[in-house]
Amino acid sequence: MTARLLEVRHLATHFFTRAGVVKAVDDVSFDLEVGEVIGLVGESGSGKSMTGYSLLGLIDPPGRIVQGSIKLKGQELVGLPQEALRKLRGRRIAMVFQDPMTTLNPVLTIADQIHLAINAHERVSTATARQRAVDVLTRVGLPDADRRLDAYPHEFSGGMRQRVAIAIALLHRPDVIIADEPTTALDVSIQAQILAEMKSLVRDLGMALIWISHDLAVVSAMASRILVMYGGRIVESGPTASVLRDPRHHYTRGLLNSLPSRAAPGQPLTQISGLPPSLGALPPGCAFHPRCPRADAICLTAPETTGHERRDWRCHHPLTAVSA
Amino acid sequence: MLGFLIQRLLQAVVVMMVISALVFIGVFAVGNPIDVLISPDVTQQIRLDTIAAYGFDKPLWEQYLAFLERLVHGNFGRSFVFNMPVLQLILSRLPATLELTIAAVAGATLIGIPLGMYAGYRPDSPITKAIMGITILGFSVPTFWIGLVLIMTFAVWLGWLPAGGRGDTVMVLGIEWSFLTLNGLSHLFLPALNLSLFKLAMMIRLARAGTREVMLTDTIKFARASGQSDGTILRRHVLRQISIPIVTVFGLEFGSTLAFAVVTETIFSWPGLGKLIIDSIQSLDRPVMVAYLMLIAFLFIIINFLVDIAYAALDPRLRARRS
Ligand SMILES: Nc1ncnc2c1ncn2[C@@H]1O[C@H](COP(=O)(O)OP(=O)(O)OP(=O)(O)O)[C@@H](O)[C@H]1O
Ligand code: SF4
Ligand SMILES: [Mg+2]
Repeated sequence: MTARLLEVRHLATHFFTRAGVVKAVDDVSFDLEVGEVIGLVGESGSGKSMTGYSLLGLIDPPGRIVQGSIKLKGQELVGLPQEALRKLRGRRIAMVFQDPMTTLNPVLTIADQIHLAINAHERVSTATARQRAVDVLTRVGLPDADRRLDAYPHEFSGGMRQRVAIAIALLHRPDVIIADEPTTALDVSIQAQILAEMKSLVRDLGMALIWISHDLAVVSAMASRILVMYGGRIVESGPTASVLRDPRHHYTRGLLNSLPSRAAPGQPLTQISGLPPSLGALPPGCAFHPRCPRADAICLTAPETTGHERRDWRCHHPLTAVSA
Repeated sequence: MLGFLIQRLLQAVVVMMVISALVFIGVFAVGNPIDVLISPDVTQQIRLDTIAAYGFDKPLWEQYLAFLERLVHGNFGRSFVFNMPVLQLILSRLPATLELTIAAVAGATLIGIPLGMYAGYRPDSPITKAIMGITILGFSVPTFWIGLVLIMTFAVWLGWLPAGGRGDTVMVLGIEWSFLTLNGLSHLFLPALNLSLFKLAMMIRLARAGTREVMLTDTIKFARASGQSDGTILRRHVLRQISIPIVTVFGLEFGSTLAFAVVTETIFSWPGLGKLIIDSIQSLDRPVMVAYLMLIAFLFIIINFLVDIAYAALDPRLRARRS
């Protein structure tokens, strides 16, 4: 068997601030196969975006990757020189951000921005760049792409802008696209459209996708596997169906219980009590214990990852599987 | 666009009217020039005749109306001191100040922006510390003192550059220019450097603050995520986004230097407008003061207009709002 597309092992990204060490990503491991869609889900501030930036080598001081390994088709990315990382970004791994209103440059035309993104990895003429821009914009469902090429971002709606951003991410046919909540800032109807389009794009182009979201419902519609993140760690992972049916970690169950589709009609949704922890001052042991209904003294020590390679969790008192 | 132009033109006329009145009244308040015009030992009759000839005996509003009437005919009056048409006098001094101002402001901008962008891009590097040192110097040491130090160092001790004057000039378009001869350039260098240090400090600070802010935005993160190099990002993404405040300050500095390069012009005996206005205030040369202040107001209007056009060129969102 050839090497896995992406193999992340014990990745830790910490920020060394005046107030102390912020463990934004701590001991994160997962795999991604060619063409696979995985979802990374967790509350705000759980370290999802930082995991994505770490994969791209985009962690700026005072942050840095303090340990672990990221292998792309067998090639180690941690410790690569800046220029080598730059050559990977956009060409082998691309990223789409949450807010399309802020990601595009307001003072450059769409054509210029796409040309710059192409030029980052290959020299092409303006005419060629325009043709490629039209192709890729048409591909992401932007109507009259060639007429709108010379428009500025402010002339586009949020959904259109996000399509342009997705088009830029697709330009070099990367192996992996990291989509960091790309639909959160959009209207619900546009959200659904873009979700469906992204799904068929990655299928058609054979790309792998890491879909980041705080919304378990969105992730479960997109991904075949789910990673649940809490306090900078992956606390549970497995095939989507299995995680939804048989959550083993109490945080995952909390997330599931707060889904509207799961609640019995007429019943109030059950939110997880308490607030997500600050990554600069994580509770010792299982970071979830202050909010966990099942917590006891042993939860003050960190639980090991248990289970098997494709279905695991970090909990001293895992929920029992309903169906085996 | 046409509507915009007409609107600006009307605004300019109104502003100039208001300025002319303010200036006229202001200058009137500074003092009576009659004692400068005639020697104290002339007869009372001559004194009264002179006052009548200049119209100083009329009420202020009548003098103002007379002034406006002459203005409409392009006549700013004659200088009491130089006894020549004021417009001609001012225009003969303007090129010297203009070339000094352009050299100082453009030089400060062209050098200050790259230095400031570097400082914003690498806030912790030792080079940045050195750059920021320059800005502290530029802000805190008075211009006249730097001017004297420059003369002491480069003219007196090293003897590399002349200490004052315009040097050789060339006539182009009927105007004398120093920057077109090597000798003229060597005369221009020190006063321009002297004038530019404060502006350089300001441009560095502006570019640095803008760069730091823009570098943290999602726009830049997204450009980096697509593999664009830092050089491309600074040149193509950051520069455009920080240029609006820079253009604003450029315009303001250009106008105020044109108007008030007095200190430097005096130190370097640069025969420009600054020296002329100081002399005219001392000798209560009313027509020169009035014409000078109106010229400055007019230049500010032109500069503001150009700055507005630059805004529209730089930011498509402003363009959209205006049309
Ligand atoms: N420059 C920095 N200095 C210190 N801490 C930082 C820095 N950048 C990020 N962090 C920390 O990293 C944590 C993780 O942030 P991250 O953006 O990955 O969360 P997220 O899961 O993507 O949340 P959201 O859903 O809100 O996007 C933040 O809570 C913050 O404390
Ligand atoms: S380890 Fe303890 S605190 Fe953490 S989820 Fe499991 S039971 Fe709850
Ligand atoms: Mg995030």
